Amino acid sequence: MARSVDQIFIHAKEWLLSPLAGRAPDWLIQIASSLINIAAVLGVFLTLFALISVLERKILGRMQNRYGPNRVGPFGLLQPVADGIKMLIKEDIVPARADKVVHFLAPIVVAAAAILALGVIPYGRNMTPFVIDGGILFFFAVGSTTELAVFMAGWGSNNKFSMLGAMRAIAQMISYELPLIITVLPVVMVVGSLNPDKIVFAQKYYSFGFVPHWFVFTPWGATAFILFFVSGLVESNRTPFDVPEGESEIVAGHMTEYSGFKYATFFMAEYLGMFAVSGLAVTLFLGGWHAPLPWFAFIPSYVWFFAKLSILLFVFIWIRGTLPRVRVDQMMNFAWKFMLPMAFTCLVSAAVWHYAGRRLSGWLWSFAVVAIVYFGLSLFLDTGKKFTPRTYRFAE
Amino acid sequence: MTLSIFLIVSAALFCIGLLAALSRRHAIFILIGIEMMLAAANINFIAFWRFAPQPAQPTGVMVAIFSIAIAAAEAAIGLAMVIAVYRHFRTTNVDQLDQLKG
Amino acid sequence: MNTVTFTIIAIFTLTFALAAATNPRLMHAALSFAVMFVGIAAFFFLLGAEFVGLVQIFVYVGAVAVLIVFTILLTRRDPEKTRGFNWGGVVIAIAVFVGLVWAILKSTSVSIAPPVIKALTVKQIGMALMGSYVWPLLCVGVLLTAALIGALILVLEDKRQ
Repeated sequence: MARSVDQIFIHAKEWLLSPLAGRAPDWLIQIASSLINIAAVLGVFLTLFALISVLERKILGRMQNRYGPNRVGPFGLLQPVADGIKMLIKEDIVPARADKVVHFLAPIVVAAAAILALGVIPYGRNMTPFVIDGGILFFFAVGSTTELAVFMAGWGSNNKFSMLGAMRAIAQMISYELPLIITVLPVVMVVGSLNPDKIVFAQKYYSFGFVPHWFVFTPWGATAFILFFVSGLVESNRTPFDVPEGESEIVAGHMTEYSGFKYATFFMAEYLGMFAVSGLAVTLFLGGWHAPLPWFAFIPSYVWFFAKLSILLFVFIWIRGTLPRVRVDQMMNFAWKFMLPMAFTCLVSAAVWHYAGRRLSGWLWSFAVVAIVYFGLSLFLDTGKKFTPRTYRFAE
Repeated sequence: MTLSIFLIVSAALFCIGLLAALSRRHAIFILIGIEMMLAAANINFIAFWRFAPQPAQPTGVMVAIFSIAIAAAEAAIGLAMVIAVYRHFRTTNVDQLDQLKG
Repeated sequence: MNTVTFTIIAIFTLTFALAAATNPRLMHAALSFAVMFVGIAAFFFLLGAEFVGLVQIFVYVGAVAVLIVFTILLTRRDPEKTRGFNWGGVVIAIAVFVGLVWAILKSTSVSIAPPVIKALTVKQIGMALMGSYVWPLLCVGVLLTAALIGALILVLEDKRQ
C-alpha cells in the first residue's frame, strides 16, 4: 500500500502511455514519455516558484516585524496571480540601440539553463526525469552556460550599468563555481559514480538501526555541505551575495533594461536556479528521498524530498532576511582564499575517512584534518580588524 | 549513418575553421577559427572510436578529452597574448602588426 | 530516426559555424561560436560519448566562450567598423574541403555501418585515466598550470615607476 502511494506518479505515467504501448514505434513512446516527464517537472516547479515568491515576501516580512502581502487571497497566497497578471500586461520596452536578438535571447537562455538543470535530480524512488550516467556533470555543464547568458543580458542592453553589473555577476559566478564543483567531488569519490540515482542509493543504510548514512553526518560531508550551500547562494545571486542585482548600487545590474515578462523570466530563472542547487544539495548530502528514520519509510519518497527541499529554501530566505550584502572584494577574497582551500581539504578528508575503513579512527582523523585546516586558515587570513561593540534597536 | 558522412561533416567544420583563420583580419577571429579546427578533429576522433571493431578501447575518447583540455589552455594563452598586444599597439588587426617586417 | 537527428544536428552546427566565421559583427560571431559548440556536443551524444559531450559544453561554452567574449570587450574600439576580409582564404578553404571529401569518398574502408557497442561508462573512463593514461593526465595538469601562470604573466601590468 505504501509502495503504491510512493509510485503513484509512475503508475499514472504508465496509464497515460498505455494507449501507445503496443502500437507505436519505440522512439515515439520514448518521446512521449520524455514529454510527460518534462511537463511534470515544469508544472511542479513553476507552482513551487509561485508559492515561494509569495512565501518569501511573507517570511521576510515576519522577520522584519511586519506582515508580508496579505490582501490578495487567503493570507495573501494568491499574490503570484496578481504579480503574473501585472508582469504580463506591462509594456515591453527595448532600448533603441540595443542589440535586439541578443537582448531577446538572454532571459530565455538563463531560464532554459535553470530548467535543464532540474531534469537530472531524483525526486523520488524511480522518479528521476532523465537518467544520465554523468548526471552531476550535466548539472554543472548547464549551470556554466548561465554565465554566458548573463553576459548576453548585460551587453545586449547597450547600457553601462548593465555591462558593469554583468561583469560583476560573471566574476562572482566564475569565482564560486570552483568551490561549488570541488565540494561535490568528495561525494562522487566516495560513491564512485556521477549518477545521482547511485549517490542517493549509497545513502540508504542506517547504522545502529536508526542513524541514517547521509553524507552530511560525516565531518567532510558537513563541511562540504556548508561550502556547497554557500556557493549555491552565490550562484543564484542571493543576498548576501546579490552584488549583481544590488538595488541601491547599480539599479538592477544586468537586468536593468528588461521590463515586464522578460524581467519575470529572469526572476523565475533565479528561483529555479535556487531550486536546482537545493535539490542537488538534498541529493548529494541529505540522503535524497530517503526518510531520516527507518520507521517513517511508509511516507512516500517524494514527500521527504520536497520536505528537505523546503527546509533548505527556508534557510535561503532566512539568510536573506538576516545578513547584509558583502562587498565585491570581500566576496572574491572569501572565494579564493578560504573556500577553495577548504574545498580541497574536504577532498583529502573524505579520502582519509574512506581509506581508514570508515571506523572510528577514520572519523577522528578526517575531523582532525578539517579542523586543523580551518583553524590554520582563520589564523592566516586574520586581518586584525577590531569591531565596535554591537548596539541593538528594536521597533516599539 | 556511415562513417564517411561523419568524416565529411567534420571536414566541412574544419574547412569553415580554416576559412575563419585565413580570411579574417581580427586576431580573435583567427583564434575562433583555430578552436573550430580543433573541435572538428575531436569529432573525427570520436567518430573513428565509435566505428572501431570490437572490443572498443577508450582510446578515442581519451584523446578527445585531452584535446579539449589542451585547446582550452591554448585559447587562454592566445587570448592573453591578444590583450597584451592590444595594450601595446592599440590594435587587434593582424595586418598592422608588421614591426618585424624586412 | 538516427539519420533525421544527424541531419538536423549537422545543419545546425554548420550554420552556426558559418555564422561564426563570416559575420562581420564580432559579438554575434562569438555567440554563434558558443552555440556551435552545443551542436558539436550533440554530435558527441549521438556517437555515444556522453562524457566527452558534457566536458565539451562545460569547458568550451562555460569557459572558452566566456574568455573570448571578455577579450572582445576588453579590446574594443569605437566605432566598430567592419574589419577586412581576405577572399583568398575562401578559395583555399574550398580547395581543402574538396580535397578532403574526395579522399573520404574514394576510400571504401570508411563506408561502414556502426557496430553495436556497449556504452562507455564514466567509471571506465576514470579507470582508464588513472590506469593506462595516468602520464598524459599528469602532463596535462602541468600544462594547464603552466598555461594559467603564463596567461597571468602576459596580462599583468608592469608597475610604472
